[in-house]
Amino acid sequence: MADPTGSDGDDPTLTLYRLHGCPYCERVARRLERYDVSYRSRFVAGEHSRRDAVKRVAGTRSVPLLIDRDRGVTMPESGQIVEYLDRTYGTGAVDEEGI
Amino acid sequence: MADFQLIDFPPSDHPVEGDSVPDFTRPLVTEEYWEDVPLSALAQNAGSVLLVFYPLNWGGKSLYWWTEIREREWGSDDVAVVGVGISQPFDHQRFIEARDLEYPLYSDPGNGVAERYDIVHDLDGMAGIAEPRPAVFLVDADLTAEYVWVAGEWPESPPYDEIESALTRS
Repeated sequence: MADPTGSDGDDPTLTLYRLHGCPYCERVARRLERYDVSYRSRFVAGEHSRRDAVKRVAGTRSVPLLIDRDRGVTMPESGQIVEYLDRTYGTGAVDEEGI
Repeated sequence: MADFQLIDFPPSDHPVEGDSVPDFTRPLVTEEYWEDVPLSALAQNAGSVLLVFYPLNWGGKSLYWWTEIREREWGSDDVAVVGVGISQPFDHQRFIEARDLEYPLYSDPGNGVAERYDIVHDLDGMAGIAEPRPAVFLVDADLTAEYVWVAGEWPESPPYDEIESALTRS
């Protein structure tokens, strides 16, 4: 069967792999919302062993994981992701507490 | 002899063949992850969708249904087979793993999709829990229903052969 969630030209180019109840993931999501960047939100299981989808695209099982397809970016670690978002989609002058 | 009685469902205004079915967005759960997916996007992507409103995960009905569907190998590059059930995403994911399903399942704990399709089943003896009544909608890329089956009584299993011929036609 075709990839059920498929993808076509209209899809957001950003995908955020995230965990339910993970503050680091929420931090990234809030940043994306602040900059009004549309993205796909993919929730994965809590156990590392069940995160093969993440491993396959990123080589790591850690989340949050951001994929920015157009820019060829695949990035784990929330601090790094937030910095990247500030630099790429924001003014670059966002304070750390201003979530 | 045991007194065995089927429960009749009340009449319903669910979509019938030729009608447009309501679009909706819910988390679509696969073995690996879940994400919000509009039915319309799924239909456009696949060409057509067989939407299977099925009874509670892990109950006899859901086990039999999905075993049957899996063994019949429904679904192809042109038809996506997708379940709709009221379990939350983690439970759907465990169910998919345990039953070795290739089919994604929409998670609709509030049963809002069944409400919009007018196929709500208020489960007897389970306060506060409602699920869809058993139903199958085959829709094309524009969400027009090509084939519809909605259970008239409970418990009732899908007419697999009839659905299969509808799948073959589409």
